[in-house]
Amino acid sequence: MTVILIAVAALVVLSLIFGAVLGFAAVRFKVEGNPIVEQIDALLPQTQCGQCSYPGCRPYAEAIAENDEKINKCPPGGEGTIAAIADLLGVEPEPLDAEHGTEKESAMVAVIREDECIGCTKCIQACPVDAILGAAKQMHTVIADECTGCDLCLDPCPVDCIDMVPVDTGLQSWHWQKPANLIATDKGQAA
Amino acid sequence: MKLLTLSSPHTTRSFSTADVMRLVILALIPGIIALTYFFGPGHLIQIFIAATTAIVAEAGILKLRKRPIGFYLKDYSALLTAILLAISLPPYAPYWVTIVASGFAIIVAKHLYGGLGQNPFNPAMIGFALVLVSFPVPMTTSWSAPSELLENGISLSEALTVIFSSRESIDAFTMATPLDEYKHLVAISTADEILANPLFKGTEQSQILLGWEWVSAGFLLGGLFLLWKKIFTWHIPVSLLVSLILCSSIFGWDSDTNVPLTLHILGGATMLGAFFIATDPVTASTTHLGKLIYGAGIGILIYVIRTWGSYPDAVAFAVLLMNFAAPFIDQYTQPRTYGHKKAVRGLAKKD
Amino acid sequence: MNLITLHEFKGGIHPPENKEQSTSLPISTMKLPEKLVLPIAQHIGAQSKPVVNVGDSVLKGEIIAQAQGFVSANLHAPSSGTITAIEDRVIAHPSGMSDICIEITLDGKDTWTEIQGIDNYLEADASELIAKIQASGITGLGGAGFPTHVKASVDESKIDTLIINAAECEPYITADDMLMREHANAVIKGIEIIERIVKPKHCLIGVEDNKPQAIAALNEALKNFTDNTFNIQVVAIPTKYPSGGEKQLIEILSGKEVPAGGLPSDIGILCQNVGTCFAIYKAISKGEPLISRITTVTGEACRQPQNFEVLLGTPVKDLLSATHTQLEQVNRLIMGGPMMGFTLEDTNTPVVKSTNCIIASSKQELPDPAMEQACIRCGMCTEACPAQLLPQQLYWFSKSSNLEQATAHNIADCIECGACAYVCPSNIPLVQYYRHTKGEIKQANADKLKSDRAKERFEARLARQEREAAEKEAKRKARAEAAAKKQAEKKATEAIAPATSADAPAADLELLQKKLDAAQSAVKKAKEKIAAAEEAGDSDKVALLKGALAKSQEKMKEAAKAIAEAKKAAKAAPATTGAAAVEMTPERMQNKVDLAESRLATAKKRLEEAQANNSEQVDALNTAVEKQQARVAEAKQALAEFLKQESAAPSVDLDALKQKVLAAQTRVDKAQERLDMAKQQELDTVSALQTGLEKQQSKLKEAQDALAEASK
Repeated sequence: MTVILIAVAALVVLSLIFGAVLGFAAVRFKVEGNPIVEQIDALLPQTQCGQCSYPGCRPYAEAIAENDEKINKCPPGGEGTIAAIADLLGVEPEPLDAEHGTEKESAMVAVIREDECIGCTKCIQACPVDAILGAAKQMHTVIADECTGCDLCLDPCPVDCIDMVPVDTGLQSWHWQKPANLIATDKGQAA
Repeated sequence: MKLLTLSSPHTTRSFSTADVMRLVILALIPGIIALTYFFGPGHLIQIFIAATTAIVAEAGILKLRKRPIGFYLKDYSALLTAILLAISLPPYAPYWVTIVASGFAIIVAKHLYGGLGQNPFNPAMIGFALVLVSFPVPMTTSWSAPSELLENGISLSEALTVIFSSRESIDAFTMATPLDEYKHLVAISTADEILANPLFKGTEQSQILLGWEWVSAGFLLGGLFLLWKKIFTWHIPVSLLVSLILCSSIFGWDSDTNVPLTLHILGGATMLGAFFIATDPVTASTTHLGKLIYGAGIGILIYVIRTWGSYPDAVAFAVLLMNFAAPFIDQYTQPRTYGHKKAVRGLAKKD
Repeated sequence: MNLITLHEFKGGIHPPENKEQSTSLPISTMKLPEKLVLPIAQHIGAQSKPVVNVGDSVLKGEIIAQAQGFVSANLHAPSSGTITAIEDRVIAHPSGMSDICIEITLDGKDTWTEIQGIDNYLEADASELIAKIQASGITGLGGAGFPTHVKASVDESKIDTLIINAAECEPYITADDMLMREHANAVIKGIEIIERIVKPKHCLIGVEDNKPQAIAALNEALKNFTDNTFNIQVVAIPTKYPSGGEKQLIEILSGKEVPAGGLPSDIGILCQNVGTCFAIYKAISKGEPLISRITTVTGEACRQPQNFEVLLGTPVKDLLSATHTQLEQVNRLIMGGPMMGFTLEDTNTPVVKSTNCIIASSKQELPDPAMEQACIRCGMCTEACPAQLLPQQLYWFSKSSNLEQATAHNIADCIECGACAYVCPSNIPLVQYYRHTKGEIKQANADKLKSDRAKERFEARLARQEREAAEKEAKRKARAEAAAKKQAEKKATEAIAPATSADAPAADLELLQKKLDAAQSAVKKAKEKIAAAEEAGDSDKVALLKGALAKSQEKMKEAAKAIAEAKKAAKAAPATTGAAAVEMTPERMQNKVDLAESRLATAKKRLEEAQANNSEQVDALNTAVEKQQARVAEAKQALAEFLKQESAAPSVDLDALKQKVLAAQTRVDKAQERLDMAKQQELDTVSALQTGLEKQQSKLKEAQDALAEASK
């Protein structure tokens, strides 16, 4: 009987000690704010395109962090972003959810066909990053360097004068392609 | 005129992976000759069995993995693994031991990890370790006595019989390795008494072994050849041998109580391990400092396992244990890049 | 022979040299091509800007594109002719892309423009020499093409050693070798000019020991400068690729390492290519801008490999035909050396300032790359790497696109020399992996910057929208408040002058009238009750009722008074509103009369009905009819009164004035009385009372005047 009592007492004491330690740690090492949101937000492409159905990248990051939202809803970021977030959160990367769009092969930028623009300012209001310049009844133009290629200006345009064109791979941005991962055959040739 | 568009360099040394493998196999020849001369044709038969198994296993698994068989078989890596395994095994081990070891080495230790270049552990040593722990009896009793001790030597037919069918006659020409023998006897006898054993050649310290020293010399020769051909650098063999010598001199200076240094260096698989097993580039450390640590680690482990462990030889386990550590060692022994004050240590931390 | 200690750089390889093919013939000059194509970007830094137009004729040495900014270089016409195009053409770049080029169709006369060198240049100012170099458009001729004047514009106190890179470690290339053999004197003079500019303590010319003739020529030339005031020394260095890499050569000759991300000048060293020295000499002594260079044309497909002094802009195909190249044999056409050069897709690609070699190789000579095999971690690349990197680690990181680790493992320090790929037994195109990864890292950094900026802009936009919404809300609130305030103000003014609103007094009047009615009826009832009580002989009750009657009468009086006052106030209202009130009130009163009459009519009707039916209600209805009659009468009276007041308004005014006069008179009288009393008793208040009297008298007078005026 005494043995049992000693054992129980020992367990109680231990649990108290460890409880105190854990409690102390929880207070002492408390993390202010929710840095995981920041970290996820930093991985997102910041196109603010809303293709994930959230009004911007940060709300999506918050949804991932707080509401267990899926990480595969960002088409502009594509597989790279999914892999990075999966790595950050320690979850399995999933293929991009096609419901929200597909990854584009190259970066796109919006271009306004300026002679067709009627100066309605609808695209200016739609642009999440204020990359369209113009005023009412004046021709609008896209600041190509600031355009994130989010497509949000396409729909509001009443005269359909905005095109998405791939960003020009000029000499400045050219770099060597990754060597093709060729599968060897018995002939020693690429298959 | 169609012009190629390629990244530089446009010229490469015509020295392929297959050439590397072939050179290593070539360098093994002196050792194999010595083995055959002193211990009969057992090793040759084992090489044949292991090689056949390895090539069949490699071809089969390449087929399963839908990889071109010819292209990969031509890199000689499976053959090299098989040969290294075969000369590590006891020459008169039953054929199924060799088949299991060789098949396991290729299928599990090599291809299940992704094939050539991806395996974290030395496949030959994985095969060897598997059969050593699984079948300890044939693995310890199939070592041949040097043919000098036998009246007629070992004929091919005798060898084939022992390996493939009847093991009745095996006691006639097998005995433990000198390393094993000495280790067991030293507890009850003095050095002089042990050396009186016919396995050892008299009392002269310089010639204590029958045949084994020549086998070691053969492997040393091959190793030096590879060193000269710059297949590997001096770091691993030198640090391995130096650490083993230091351990033996410090802890085992008294040959009445411990296995003597000469036996550590020349008996057993030390030379084979130092020049051919530990230097397997895939599983070894790759930085200079890392190689020194890696080699020294193997040397120390060999001594520890031989002296305080219960296995006849320790090269396989020592190498495998250090294989575990190699990636970690690499991360912390990176060279200082040109123009940098400090070397990179470890992987970049995520903030 | 060497007086300095040589150091060895780690790594390096010994590829077959293949240099002897192109050294058997002397440097020759090509016949003038028909056209020259000059890319405007032949240097590191800002693109220069064309200063000629299509159709302009230019003379040899005339400037055709102006440097933009300090880190940029001028471009000159290599021969005389006409500008026939300024457009995109294939340029010397590994991508095979096009860029803006100036095409000159030559006239074949090769007429020089006026050029002027600097006399006694060894006494000239450094700034003058640098300006001349800058004007001549000289860039590093070793390969990178960095503008020379930028490199030379270092703080002279910083430079301890000038190193002349004449190692020429790449296989095949012999341009520098032949230059030194044939123009050793000019090279030394060029070096002297650089020394004049940066004033180093000594100068080392690093030449690989596989060029004994060049070393001999240089030493021979140095003998002409007997005093050797510039302390120039030729150093033969062991042949090992890439000893000609700037960093490696510095390590060989000085034992020092250029800090990562730094410049050789950080360790007191300036490094110049030997070809650049020659160009500097020509520019300073003769005033010739950089319009030509020495280029090796070699390779197995070349029948006559040799070096040429080539005009910049010469298409490669002209060089190939000059060396009788078997075009059908050419498998790979390389600009630069076999280790670091790049392949050309088009033989129209022009020679540029940094083109030191053209290799037209056959398939046997430089076979197509073998199949990439698995990395066996053999470590040969690590042994070969001159930058002491871990090429295979970088390969794993590159292959898995792990940019973070690749950066951490110093991929930026890779000089892309190709030694690792050269030794790789698995034929892995390591350099391409690194170049790709470096490009990706650059891209990722640019993307990161862009996404940060996008985020910033997005957040700024959100903030702006919020602010705008807040402002809108605030404005709306302010408007609402202003409206409420106005309303309140209006009410306040109405309260101060009730007459301004026609409704208010009317309502008040009505209310007062009702009160009066109630009081009157109460008085009536009380009188009836008293009568009843008197009849019953209840004296107590009578007394009580009389008290109540008195009270009621009082109330009635008060009400009547209030009505009178209210009516007075209504009259005192300003004319306009007063008019409205006058207009409104009689109508209302008329309505009231009508209403009362109609009610009376219904009451009478009911009474008649009741009488006909002999109902018990007859009495009650009778009273009701009476009441209604009274009301009608009241209403009529009120209306009549109102109308009368309306017409009698001025007379009322007169009456008021008269009253005022009377009141004033009384007060004057009273004051007079008090004064008299005070005088009698000889009080000291006399004077004060006197003043009071006077005041009263003046007020009286005023009132009398007003009355007189009003009555007029």
